[in-house]
Parts: sequence; C-alpha cells; structure tokens
Amino acid sequence: MMSTRDAFGEELVELGRKHKEVVVLDADLSKATKTCWFAKEFPYRFFDMGISEQDMLGTAAGLSLCGKIPVVSTFTIFATAKAFDQIRNTVAYPRLNVKIVATHGGITIGADGASHQPIEHIALMRAIPNMTIIVPADGIETKEALKYAIDIKGPVFIVVGRDPTPVIFSDDYRFDFNHGEMLREGKDVTIIATGIMVEKALRAGKKLGERGINACIVNMHTIKPIDWELIVKVACKTGGIVTAEEHSIIGGLGSAVAEVISENSPVPLKRIGLRDRFGQSGSAEELLREFNLTEEDIIKAAEEVIRRKGSSL
Amino acid sequence: METNVKQKEDIIITELKLTANKVRKDIVRMITKAKSGHPGGSLSAADVVTALYFKVMRHNPENPKWEDRDRFILSKGHAAPLLYAVLAESGYFEVKELLTLRKLGSRLQGHPDMKRLPGIEISTGSLGHGLSVGNGMAIAGKLNKRGYRVYILLGDGECQEGQVWEAAMTASHYKLDNVTAILDYNGLQIDGPVKDVMNINPISNKWRAFGWYVIEINGHDFKEIFDSFERVKKLKGKPSIIIAHTTKGKGVSFMENVVDFHGKAPTKEQMVQALKELEENEE
Repeated sequence: MMSTRDAFGEELVELGRKHKEVVVLDADLSKATKTCWFAKEFPYRFFDMGISEQDMLGTAAGLSLCGKIPVVSTFTIFATAKAFDQIRNTVAYPRLNVKIVATHGGITIGADGASHQPIEHIALMRAIPNMTIIVPADGIETKEALKYAIDIKGPVFIVVGRDPTPVIFSDDYRFDFNHGEMLREGKDVTIIATGIMVEKALRAGKKLGERGINACIVNMHTIKPIDWELIVKVACKTGGIVTAEEHSIIGGLGSAVAEVISENSPVPLKRIGLRDRFGQSGSAEELLREFNLTEEDIIKAAEEVIRRKGSSL
Repeated sequence: METNVKQKEDIIITELKLTANKVRKDIVRMITKAKSGHPGGSLSAADVVTALYFKVMRHNPENPKWEDRDRFILSKGHAAPLLYAVLAESGYFEVKELLTLRKLGSRLQGHPDMKRLPGIEISTGSLGHGLSVGNGMAIAGKLNKRGYRVYILLGDGECQEGQVWEAAMTASHYKLDNVTAILDYNGLQIDGPVKDVMNINPISNKWRAFGWYVIEINGHDFKEIFDSFERVKKLKGKPSIIIAHTTKGKGVSFMENVVDFHGKAPTKEQMVQALKELEENEE
C-alpha cells in the first residue's frame, strides 16, 4: 500500500535534485500535499503562498515565464474550483509550463465532507483547451506521471489521492502518456477505469472471469488527450463498455468515453461514478459503498452492459 | 551644469509628449476602425505607459525575449489598444498593423494574447491576474540573480478584485522590491464612478497597510512620472506602487470623464474631431 500523495512528495524531491528549475508552490497545505518534503530540502525553491489559490496560480505563471518549472499543489477542490479562471486564462490560454498536482482528489478523503470532496475537477479541467489531465492509479504510476509532466512543455493537471491504496505496478513500470494501458485482454465487455478505480476494476475482472465472463480492463491514466483509438478498438472488439471513476458521471472519464464511442462506435455503456450528487462525511470504504463505487458495482454494471448488448441486436 | 540637466529633461519631456500624443491618435484610430474597444482607460494611462516604454524600461524591440529586459504587464487588459500602440511606436511591429485590431486572424486580439504578438509578456483580460504574474516574474528574477524590474498596470476598478490583494500580500511578504505597480486612478468604471460602484478608498492607505511603498502623482505630468520611477528603482525590501491620478479619456475633450467611453468606439465623425484636437496639442 502507498498513498499517491506520498509518492508525489517523494518523486518531487527526486525531480528537484535532477532539475534545478523546478520550484514548488503550495497554499498552506504542504504537510497534507507532501510538498513539505521538497520544502525541507530546497527551502529557497519552495514558496508557501498562504491560503490564496488564485494568486498562487498567477505567481506560478510568472515563474514559468522566466524559465522556472513551477509545480503547484493544493487540495483538488481548491486548485480547480477556486483558481479556475486563473488556470483557464493565465495558465492554459498562453499554454504556460505550469504543473498542477492536486491532492485529496476524490470523495475518499472521507470525513471532511462535501466542501472538500471534489466531484467535478476532471470536468472543469477537461473543458479547457491546451490542458493535459493525468489520474494515476497507484504510487508507481504517480511517480512516472510526474516525471513525464516535468519533461513535457505546457500545463499538466495530475490528480492524486489521500489514503494509501494498493500498488498495482512493479517498479519497472514505464508510463506511456499517449496510450491507455490494456491491463487485461477480454472479449465480452470492457472496463475502462482511472485512478483508484483501476485496482477495483482489476478485481472485478477477476471475479467476472470466475463467472465465465471475459472482461477487458483498461487503465485510462490520461483523461486528456484521451486515447480514442483504444476506446474505439475495445468498443468494436467487446461490444460494451463500463467506465469507473471517483468523479461525477458528468464531465469526467465516463463522459469522455461516451463522447468517443457515440461519434465513432456506439455500444452499450454504463458509467460508474457519482450520479450528480455531492459527497458527505464518512470513511473511504463507507463512501465508496454509499456512492456505488465498489468492485461489486463494477461487476453488476458489466453484467448489465452484456445483457444490453444482446437486446440491442 | 544644472541648467543643462534641466534643459535635457525638458527636451525629453517634449519628445515624450509628442510620442504620447501619437499613441493617443493610434488608439483613437484603431478603436474607431475596429468599431469596438476601450478608449477611456487606454487614453488615461497613455502618458505613464509611454514614459515606461520610451524612457524608463530597458527593453529591445529587436529581441523581445531578451532575458534581462524589464517586464511590463497590462493587468487591465482592456487597455490593449494602448499597449499595442506603444509596442508599434517602439518598433515591435509596424504601426499600420494597429488597424487590424479585433479582426479575425489579427495578432491584435481584443485583449492581449502573448502567443500571437511579440512584446506581450502575458495574456490578460480577466481582471485581477496581472500582479500575481508580475510577482512570479520578480521572484524568478531574484532566484536567477537578474536585475530586471517588473511593472504592472492596474485599473482602479480592478482593485475590487480579491486576487489583487492576495498578490499585494505576496509581493510584500517576499519583499519584491523589483515590483512596481502603477494604479491608473481615473475614477470611472463601466457602471459609473468607482466611488459609487464600489469604493476603493482610502486606496493609498490600503496599499501602505499591505506593506507597499506608495507614491501619488499626477499621471499626466511627465516630470512627476519620471521622478516617481526614479524613486522606486532605489527602494529596497518592499514593493512599490505609483498611484497615478488620471483623467479617463484624457486628450479628447468629449471623452474626458465620460463613463460611456469606457468601452465604446467613437464614430468616424468623432474620430475626426478627436484627431483634430490631438493634432492641435502638437503645435
């Protein structure tokens, strides 16, 4: 088990050693986002901006215009919702080299409740031209994604979580930004998942296998630009898709997949995600059950999609 | 000796007045041609921004990305015609291109777009963003041990944006003495007088309370403009703001202090009248 925010914090220090131009900005949450580790090693390249997300994004823009590679971090809800205008107009429109790593990226932050639980962050960022969006599935992928983000030019938005989650990938995993990752081949149905839902999709796939259903599992770590070729391919091959994300079904991975298949290769689709509701307080496990984001929900959805495949013929 | 210095300054001021007048004529022409745009706040800040580009700032139109250049940020992005005019008159691009303002495919977008036009340091338009960006450039300047300064033009109405005050705190907290903001205090915003819409006063005290060095000047007096920029260059340990008291629509009688000309283009007849008045200034 490893939390993706810890992985982010660790890799950030590594990248700070490798790239002298990396600077880090945080909005009074460095202990929670784990940028405090970078701050400890590189005090002169770390800027606590206080509780002012809008100013933080603007300052990062200015730093990037003078050759720095700013990594901006705070909770996902504040990074995306409070600083939306700054991200849109000052960072993305001029395509500045600002990396936003948003932690606490879903309802599983738990007890803090709805005000702190992002449900629309991918929807918001996805609607902005020039934006790249990565939602890593585990700590290993988080480190890879961050390395990649530093290497490419332009704005990148990475979402990481709070709680420790199972490690899926081995240490030699190499992140392929341009391609969604086929974790399991299958012919009956495809489950496309992102973030913490990838591990649940894998477990669901295994159980479906025991019931004689051969599910294809895709880790869609990059939501934008989305790997539409892979989506079309699995839609044609398996004839039905389930998407799974810790996000509203409006505007996130489910929407992105729906957009691709409805224009290219319409097949039955079921989206696992928050169904247009705000979050609430509770433990991560309780919340995943409350909002139907469990392995069992993925299995049920896969079975439903397979039934609909038959009826639509 | 002293008379020489005085004479030299007088010559510079005379030249700058002529340049500012040229800039004002450009502004009127381009907005008239575009049939939309913001003349009032472009004209009010014309003297200060002309002084920056033609006297105060180190910059090179031949090499807009020169690393040691001073930076200018038009935080009140709707005054784009002013910025375009000073850039063109400085030689960043040809003056005739000004007439493409706001047309499809033009490098002169309604609000400044740094990806299209050389000399634009950051795309602006949504108010309140510029000071934060300037702070970031100033921090980078200190980290990179470069001596450039960053100048940010704010509107008075813009000071109603919360982000301005977040950024004001940041500049002061990080002791950004390479930051100078200029507040174009023309007293009017779209819905009416600033004091009636949402009063920003006591504005000097506010900036002072945020840890800034504040200078108030007549924003149309070049002597006061120079002196204030000279003073802020010498300051150490805190950011500075020049509160420039200006007249909205300055230089065109029927636009002066008229709220309506915040965001309205003159008609062709009005343009002729405006250009006539501005030309009379040159004599």
